[in-house]
Amino acid sequence: MSNVYHEHRYANGLQLLVEPMSWCRSAAFTFLVPAGVSREPATAPGCANLVASLLTRGAGSRDSRQLSNDLDNLGIQRHEATETIHTSFTAATLADNLEPCLTITRDIMRSPHLHADQLELCKASTLQELMAIEDDPGQKIFIELKRHSLPEPLGRPILGSAEGVQRMTPEMIVDFHRRCFRPNGAILGVAGNVDFERIRDIIGELFDDWKPIDEPPFSVAQRHGSRQHVPAEKLQTHIGLAFDSVSYSDADFYNAHGAVGVLSGGMSSRLWTEVREKRGLCYSVGASYHPLKDRGIILVYASSSSDRANETLEVIFAELERLLLGISDDEVHRLQAGLKSSLIMQEESTSARASVLARSWYHLGRVRPFDEIAREIEAMTPESILGYLERHPPGNFNILTLGPTPLEASA
Amino acid sequence: MKFHHQTLSNGLQIVAECNPDALSAALGFFVRAGARDETPEISGVSHFLEHMAFKGTDKRTAEDVNREFDEIGAKYNAYTAVDQTVYHAAVLPEYLPRAMDLLAGLIRPTLRVDDFDVEKQVILEEIAMYADLPSWTAYECAMRRQFADHGIGNSVLGTVDSVGALTADAMRAYHTDRYGANNIFVAATGKIDWHQLVDLIEEHCADWSAGASERGCDRTHRRDSDEIICTDAYVQESIVLVSDAPAADAPLRMASELLASIIGDDSGSRFHWALEEPGRVDSVEFAYYAYEDVGAFLTSIGCQPDLAEENLDIIKAIFREVAERGVEPEEIDQAKHRLGARIVLAAERPQNRLQSLADHWTYRQRYASVEEDLALLEAVTIEQTKELLDRYSLSNHLAVWLGPLKGDATASAPSLS
Repeated sequence: MSNVYHEHRYANGLQLLVEPMSWCRSAAFTFLVPAGVSREPATAPGCANLVASLLTRGAGSRDSRQLSNDLDNLGIQRHEATETIHTSFTAATLADNLEPCLTITRDIMRSPHLHADQLELCKASTLQELMAIEDDPGQKIFIELKRHSLPEPLGRPILGSAEGVQRMTPEMIVDFHRRCFRPNGAILGVAGNVDFERIRDIIGELFDDWKPIDEPPFSVAQRHGSRQHVPAEKLQTHIGLAFDSVSYSDADFYNAHGAVGVLSGGMSSRLWTEVREKRGLCYSVGASYHPLKDRGIILVYASSSSDRANETLEVIFAELERLLLGISDDEVHRLQAGLKSSLIMQEESTSARASVLARSWYHLGRVRPFDEIAREIEAMTPESILGYLERHPPGNFNILTLGPTPLEASA
Repeated sequence: MKFHHQTLSNGLQIVAECNPDALSAALGFFVRAGARDETPEISGVSHFLEHMAFKGTDKRTAEDVNREFDEIGAKYNAYTAVDQTVYHAAVLPEYLPRAMDLLAGLIRPTLRVDDFDVEKQVILEEIAMYADLPSWTAYECAMRRQFADHGIGNSVLGTVDSVGALTADAMRAYHTDRYGANNIFVAATGKIDWHQLVDLIEEHCADWSAGASERGCDRTHRRDSDEIICTDAYVQESIVLVSDAPAADAPLRMASELLASIIGDDSGSRFHWALEEPGRVDSVEFAYYAYEDVGAFLTSIGCQPDLAEENLDIIKAIFREVAERGVEPEEIDQAKHRLGARIVLAAERPQNRLQSLADHWTYRQRYASVEEDLALLEAVTIEQTKELLDRYSLSNHLAVWLGPLKGDATASAPSLS
């Protein structure tokens, strides 16, 4: 696997990463700007998401409808999303249409109209989304678990709060865009049937005169364990559980992946086997690892009928405890096989590669080459994973349940 | 890209689109068995059987199946639809023989009673999980009423009662009927050696018996009346509208795909500008569902209850407008650009391409390359959309309401706090 990428940093701090994939017909990009929910003023919850929604509702010389028509006529599949740290704008299309798409993207990032009347429409839409979450317990439990387990400002809900959204003024929106949409701290990853020098020159023309702004101070508190119950008249009780892990750049990054893989990596993993296959306690159960720049967190989720949910939580606790007692060679071999095939299949998607380029750069200041990742996966052993678990044992949990009654099981 | 096709003597068909430049291979067993083939007594058996397929064969336990799939790093799963059950895996090319061995084993499971009893609990959990979701509940109700006397209206999950009462013997009988070799095809895409593929399938499937798996083809159906379900269990109002649409083999199929994009796509569609952009809904969709003998256009909305009636009026006005004045040429061009890019992007991954290959084979018994798919899309004319709208009136629809609204527009929105 070649997977050669090129990098270029412009004078204003904008970072470009390009991975040519000559065998593809498409091209894709991921554009990250440091405008996620964690950058919101505490007085304006929901403002990052409202700005992201407004980006494509008129920018530069185009109004909302012209912008949408022009992007659609280029066959661009696009998505703007608010995340914890960043706001991302991603797009994929036929490689020939990439250049006109980048030209429009310049306006979307740098000169969105952010009109007051459009803001009112986005507010109405967001209020409906907030309401819909109440009818989707599987989604609500993750939002609440994140809020309870990640300290301020990392745990903030993406949509903010209904109160915050209702209070939002056009001035707050314009101010957030002015402070957070800046070239220093922005990363653009491009992958597909493209030529690096050509992309570098085009991006230079479009973004060279974007003025950098000083990075505002950013600090995060420590996490504390907690236990909470959200009453809800549903058939099932949803269980969420969180505990600390390591950051993206930590030497234990792959071992943390390994530990979560033993728990939840495939259908032969421990949680799936013990909770679902042997006991039939749930339809969905799983664990996931979320590495951030300075820390990481592992989330465990399951939903069971309310009369059986306590047993589900007991089995989850037992499995977390058993993890420290030993891991077999076979379990690690299966993990390695799964990670290796994911790594290779990623090369079949320009969107997946563009995302990896931008996100690796944010976390590491470089992109891990294919061979290095393959080596790291190969180097994983039961001992290395257990070593990680001894350094970072599951504990000090945030436990959140949502359903008719609280659960009794404890670690 | 090269297409191959062969039928074994027991009736099992094999289709493959081989791409020597791909990095992975995708495989699927497509069984012509689904909820539409069930009687009310065994409602949910197709889906339950799909779960039981992973419980092993005479030579493998359930744990063996999961372990062996994970050993080869396979991305694998299965799903049950109203008209077919699909078992699929994407693997690195060197693991094709082991993936085939495992997938073929899923189609001939042992169906042990102990496993059956535990898995029944998992299915009941799945039913409970979906019952907590209003959009799903409204969708199932709408399909049941639209296809009141037709199998397409059957529930895939079944009910707590039907699944609760199901026996392993009834499942075995169903399996014998529906999982005959002549009722199955294998599709493969990506880095596939055609001769190796055929040899592997011969090795694992040549001794499978054919079944007596007839399925009635019924191009007509009866529709029940609208339904309004008032409940405080949800804060949102969910509305589903269903009207008739061309079947999957109809010449107007591509025009229907295009119309669905013009009316309801995520961006640039009539619904987007009238409902999403002004923030009138949480979600709105317009989808075209096509089966071998019937089809349906489905509109689904989730919104705050006090806006539901107004929103429905807006939708009805859009339906009337396209019926009277048709769609604009610019709308057709734009939808072609959207769908064309989608076809090309999906084709870059064998696991996505598999679905497209299999859809053509399931419903039209033919192969279409990416270029042919694009040409079919390009060939749709404004006259065809006119004919489509004349023959399949969107205004002649069934409606299902689910939520707190009590049947009048004066109901107030629940508090968000």
